[in-house]
Amino acid sequence: MSTAYTTRPDPSPLRAGRRRRAASRRRAAGLLGVLVLVLFVVSLMVGQTFYGPGEVWRVVLGQDVPGASFTVGTLRLPRAVLGLVAGAALGMAGVTFQTMLRNPLASPDIIGISAGASAAAVVGIVVLRVDEALVSAMAIAAALVTALVIYLLAYRDGVLGTRLILIGIGIAAMLDSLVAYVIVRAAAWDLQVAMRWLTGSLNGATWGIVLPLVVAALVLMPALLSQSRQLDLLQHGDDTASALGVRVERTRLTVIVAAVALIAFATAAAGPIAFVAFLAGPIAARVVGPGGSLMAPAALTGALLVLAADLAGQHLFGTRYPVGVITGVLGAPYLVYLLVRTNRAGGSL
Amino acid sequence: MTDSHTLVAEHVSLGYGDRTVVDGLDLTVPPGRITTIVGANACGKSTLLRALSRLLAPTQGHVLLDGKAVHTQPTKAVARTMGLLPQSPIAPEGIAVADLVARGRSPHQRMLSRWAVADEQAVEEALELTGTTDLVDRSVDELSGGQRQRVWIAMALAQQTDILLLDEPTTFLDICHQIEVLDLLTDLNRTRGTTIVMVLHDLNLAARYADHLVAMCDGRLLAGGPPEEVLTTETVERVFGMRSQVVADPVSSKPMVLPIGRHHAAQPVGHA
Repeated sequence: MSTAYTTRPDPSPLRAGRRRRAASRRRAAGLLGVLVLVLFVVSLMVGQTFYGPGEVWRVVLGQDVPGASFTVGTLRLPRAVLGLVAGAALGMAGVTFQTMLRNPLASPDIIGISAGASAAAVVGIVVLRVDEALVSAMAIAAALVTALVIYLLAYRDGVLGTRLILIGIGIAAMLDSLVAYVIVRAAAWDLQVAMRWLTGSLNGATWGIVLPLVVAALVLMPALLSQSRQLDLLQHGDDTASALGVRVERTRLTVIVAAVALIAFATAAAGPIAFVAFLAGPIAARVVGPGGSLMAPAALTGALLVLAADLAGQHLFGTRYPVGVITGVLGAPYLVYLLVRTNRAGGSL
Repeated sequence: MTDSHTLVAEHVSLGYGDRTVVDGLDLTVPPGRITTIVGANACGKSTLLRALSRLLAPTQGHVLLDGKAVHTQPTKAVARTMGLLPQSPIAPEGIAVADLVARGRSPHQRMLSRWAVADEQAVEEALELTGTTDLVDRSVDELSGGQRQRVWIAMALAQQTDILLLDEPTTFLDICHQIEVLDLLTDLNRTRGTTIVMVLHDLNLAARYADHLVAMCDGRLLAGGPPEEVLTTETVERVFGMRSQVVADPVSSKPMVLPIGRHHAAQPVGHA
């Protein structure tokens, strides 16, 4: 068998094709990365006063630039970092769920996990009047509990899938109405803060809000990425994955906990930015093509979506819109399209 | 390759929830041979295969791989010895054949390990054996049923296991592709000594391709042995509740089942 191999003309079509596809996936992911970087820098540059890339760079390096140091360093940088990291976290967590459940509808913002975090945060701010750190902790605990409840309600002989999605959508509706109820009863001065929990917003980003998310992302993203190969194998179904050496239940548990925690931290910091988790995966899949892990591309796409939507919301219209309004406008038609297509196909995608 | 790996079911009972599907079954898979499992629908043959491949833990008894309970061995180590092709595996949308087959190498790879020459060779060989080399750059979605099944088998072959379990590998294939797949598995058995265990629907094909034929009925093992001994009118009657004649297949001289039915017998046929 080895002789047959060596007499074959090199390079083999097998290797050439695999390399070509891998290279094209890397190029596409690289392009996403460059776009994210550009948008990140642009969002530091523009605002009421324009600062050039040179000034921005010096501020980022920590030098004292009159005017720019405050505007860029204190106001714009935390906001841009929040957009970057929250977008990436939502994108990665979203595609993780979509891949694991083999359904684009199964993103955490559709099946109620983000809504769980929002509901807890709104109750914390408006009803219990606790401070920011405790609000984040409550949001994270609530997201995990919501995920657990959905999982338990959907669990039957270990079979997940469409049932989980439908139950999740129901739970999301219940939690959203709880958020609306609490906000309606809120005092006027709480509304600004509480509004963040309706659609998601980067307004009021401070390092105090951003840093816990950054630390969480630095721990949770590598944890998720380390499972990406196993997650890709789970796409073939539990039996095939198990036969290929994947510890199915353990992988699923690790991945669910890490993804839910990412969603919770991102939501605690920026609110449930509408549809980013839902959109990032499918867009990343179109951009990089099939055959490889979508986690990193979806994280980049999520960051891209949030940074672009925030720039648009801040500067393109007469009124300043929170980022979640813009992503909501983008996401809703896709959700409708997906529901129509799923119904027509009569099954999961 | 070696045929030294042993796979034994020791008095296993299997079920889902409260429902018992297989009850106290003993089976020794002959190493280096082809074993086919036949039986009526819902007799527990797929369930048995799931237990052999470690997907389902027995409620009683043990499945022993090389003398050790398969459920206590690490998933990855088992996956290097024993492969499984389930009845309806799922391909992610748009994946290329080469990338799918390459995933069969997973149990041989570490978390950050690079793609090695051995992996490359295993995939090339699997593609060649299954005649799918020309399809490498095609998307799995656009293949015909027969091609797709060969690609899945290629993925299982790339795993390079000494034992290969297959759950109805010929379902949904037309007759020429069924023969193609079964011939391919026989090649694999003859050239590499791979132990093959498969569930088959078609009695005649099962008898023709088996070294060892296992007939199951209501979660129990009814008979096991060479097809000539196992496949008799009595067995067919007990397994399927159907009258038949068993004759020697003129092509292979293995037993062949002719169902009698109620309408088409040329002359009245009594019990054999």
